[in-house]
Amino acid sequence: MSNPTHTPMRTPLGRVRGLGASHTGTEHFFLQRVTGLANLLLMIAFIVIVIRLAGASYAETRAVLGQPLVAVIILLTLLSVTVHMRLGMQVVIEDYVHTEGLKVALIIANTFFTIAIALAGAFAVLKISLGG
Amino acid sequence: MADSPSRVERPLSPHLQIYRPLFTMVMSIVHRITGIGLYFGMVLFVWWLLAAASTPSAFAAYSWLAGSFIGLLVLFGFTWAMLHHALGGVRHFIWDFIHGFGPQERMLLAKATLAGSVTLTIVLWIIGLAVKG
Repeated sequence: MSNPTHTPMRTPLGRVRGLGASHTGTEHFFLQRVTGLANLLLMIAFIVIVIRLAGASYAETRAVLGQPLVAVIILLTLLSVTVHMRLGMQVVIEDYVHTEGLKVALIIANTFFTIAIALAGAFAVLKISLGG
Repeated sequence: MADSPSRVERPLSPHLQIYRPLFTMVMSIVHRITGIGLYFGMVLFVWWLLAAASTPSAFAAYSWLAGSFIGLLVLFGFTWAMLHHALGGVRHFIWDFIHGFGPQERMLLAKATLAGSVTLTIVLWIIGLAVKG
């Protein structure tokens, strides 16, 4: 940049593919938006399901949650929401925790927690849907 | 280099204590707080699913807790946080398309987000309580 006559060996595409020291580009930002959009759509269906089940009995709740369309909507919601949660909490941790070790530990805990939430919820829905 | 003992004392940029709270700034903070609240609130949703997947007594315990005063209060708070965060997200989408950055537009969007989240929460709870009977 200081010497305008200097032409780097690497092409602009080669440089951008290297992505610099972070080794990542806009994936985090973009995935946060994509899951946010998915959450917005899924939330509408989720609200309908929850209102339908307000105060419902054990048997009725299981009957509704076991319907294929409802089960798929809840599985999609769990997937999209937990990815969104993980990305969001990661930013919060990175913004406020400045001790390197604690920061890494919390980011790992964030991954564990969000995956546990996703799998526990998915297991419950599948158990209700597929019997047992 | 950040831990170098010969570090020069440089001026820090002003932080929260320096600024008079502005409406848009408070809304930004609330967006983050509702996000954190929803993060932990998801435990309640998964608890509901697991209770329904488990025994009738586990579901009865959940229903009792959810139907108690504290339970309803938490669920009401979760509903508002969800709608507020969702509408705040829509605001971010508008900004992502490079709209709504003007002084009046910013205030209008912030006010609409708050008014929308409160109104929708009340409307949904009226419908929910009517369905519950």
